Amino acid sequence: MDQLPITLKTWLVSFAPEAYRELVSAIISTAAIIGVFASLFALTTVLERKGLGRIQNRFGPNRVGPFGFLQPVADGIKALIKEDIVPRAADSVVHFLAPLVLVAPVFLALAVIPMGRNLVAIDLDSGVLFFFAVGAATELSVFMAGWSSRNKYSLLGAMRAIAQMISYEVPLILSSVSVIMIAGSLSTVAIVDSQAGGLANWFVFTPWGLAGFILFMIAAAAESNRSPFDLPEGESEIIAGYYIEYSGFKFALFFLGEYIGMFAVSGMAITLFLGGWHAPFGFLEWVPSYFWFFGKLLILIAGFIWVRGTLPRLRMDQLMNFAWKFMLPMALVNLVAAGLWHLLGTGVSRWLICSLVVVGPYILLGRTLFHSNNVGKRIYRYAE
Amino acid sequence: MLGKGIIKGMAETARNFVGSYVSEDRLTTVQYPEERLPQKEAARNFPFLVYDGTEAEAGLRCVACQICEKECPPQCIYITKSKDRKPDHAGKPQFYPAIFDIDISVCMSCQICVEVCPFDAIKMDTEFELSTTDRFGGLLQHKGDLSRSNTYFQKLHPTDAAEADARLAAERAKAEAKAKADAEAKAKAAAAAKPAAPAPQPAPVEPAVAK
Repeated sequence: MDQLPITLKTWLVSFAPEAYRELVSAIISTAAIIGVFASLFALTTVLERKGLGRIQNRFGPNRVGPFGFLQPVADGIKALIKEDIVPRAADSVVHFLAPLVLVAPVFLALAVIPMGRNLVAIDLDSGVLFFFAVGAATELSVFMAGWSSRNKYSLLGAMRAIAQMISYEVPLILSSVSVIMIAGSLSTVAIVDSQAGGLANWFVFTPWGLAGFILFMIAAAAESNRSPFDLPEGESEIIAGYYIEYSGFKFALFFLGEYIGMFAVSGMAITLFLGGWHAPFGFLEWVPSYFWFFGKLLILIAGFIWVRGTLPRLRMDQLMNFAWKFMLPMALVNLVAAGLWHLLGTGVSRWLICSLVVVGPYILLGRTLFHSNNVGKRIYRYAE
Repeated sequence: MLGKGIIKGMAETARNFVGSYVSEDRLTTVQYPEERLPQKEAARNFPFLVYDGTEAEAGLRCVACQICEKECPPQCIYITKSKDRKPDHAGKPQFYPAIFDIDISVCMSCQICVEVCPFDAIKMDTEFELSTTDRFGGLLQHKGDLSRSNTYFQKLHPTDAAEADARLAAERAKAEAKAKADAEAKAKAAAAAKPAAPAPQPAPVEPAVAK
């Protein structure tokens, strides 16, 4: 049962002629990833809308199909039959390419995520590096979309997106470097293997791991343009940001790309910090490994939805200050903590020292950055 | 400490999320086609024609005076007067509308037609599910579509209906009293004229009201 997808694949590949086996195997892996994650996308859109509705004491979609779970089908049909509008002034080639340039890399990024025991499309020796390199390509697509639409709102949105994504790329990568330091490998499979053996070995249950995980998730929310970092879209300010001029299926592709990007980065968080496909306890090992991966993924997605339902959108200066004045120093401090963790051997002392190294700067930074400017109760003065 | 506010906010939204499943009172949404809110008595949408009794054609209160047609600000009413007459609710022969059309795509629900009608013949409906696939013919309502019984009106706007009914009953009573007085006067005149000349009859009088 655990190896069912792999046996299925080898069985399918065995039908192909000898020369094409490698190609067929690659195609099957790709098709499986696209199929699984596209359906997960459909499921997530409806769950997100229902969850947000419940957070706001509404029902959410409940009209199409049982409990509204066929809503994404209706949305998909609508997106497909909508008119595809390309503005006359737009650069039509770049305008057309932008959604594809977004969707292709986010699916590529999924290729290095181990979703179960032996269940990884390609086990690269530098998988983490590949992931971040490919993930950075989404910035290109965002700017292509913003620039080619020839619309001031979309250009503003694209510029915001670029500024935000580049700023948050730094803490995102730095927080994952601590894991690479401890695991001693860039291979995602090796990182997952180093966390084998239950909850205690997951990196998230160490001081540097917890801090790294939180930093990683914050940066991930910013990377995937999720609320509260959804300034590039900013419906109330710049309408829809860089995809203002997109309609129909191109818009749906952007939407898809954004969600798949969120899944990919959540999958990376699981790989780096949450023990990948490993079960939390030894006696739960009989549950197929991919259930654990997708269970963890759904929990992280639920967290994203919860945050989206809670936090208001940041202002641009707050966003930048947070990235450069808080996230970056904390990520660097976290590297020091991870180094100390490695050097101090096993014992209680390293828990204490590493916790201090992480928590001290956190409190100090929090005090100096966010409480120094005398924010009191606002006093309103009216004309006499 | 940094992040305390975020945790507080997250707890609040989590409470809302769970609470919406636990207590039904939190969900204020009325799921419209299945559930409906009761309408306010003063609700109004488009006009309709009132008829007394059970037959729309016979009991229609409208006498085709065309005041509403003239007063209608967007001019959405079209009336053609009949050639013949039929008795109204008090038994008096009146014209009736041969054609009475209201284009509800033009109507602005101002209720002026209701206010100017001296016969309490046109009132405001509360029906709002009027969508149609034909925006010309589908939204042009003819006399048959517009006619509603008085009982429907009484159910819709009880206060207004009671007022109108009282007014009409008073009118009817007056007409009856007048008819009775006329009949008495006629009888008296006949009695007075009998001894002198029994032959000449007075000009034909309108028939007295039944009931």
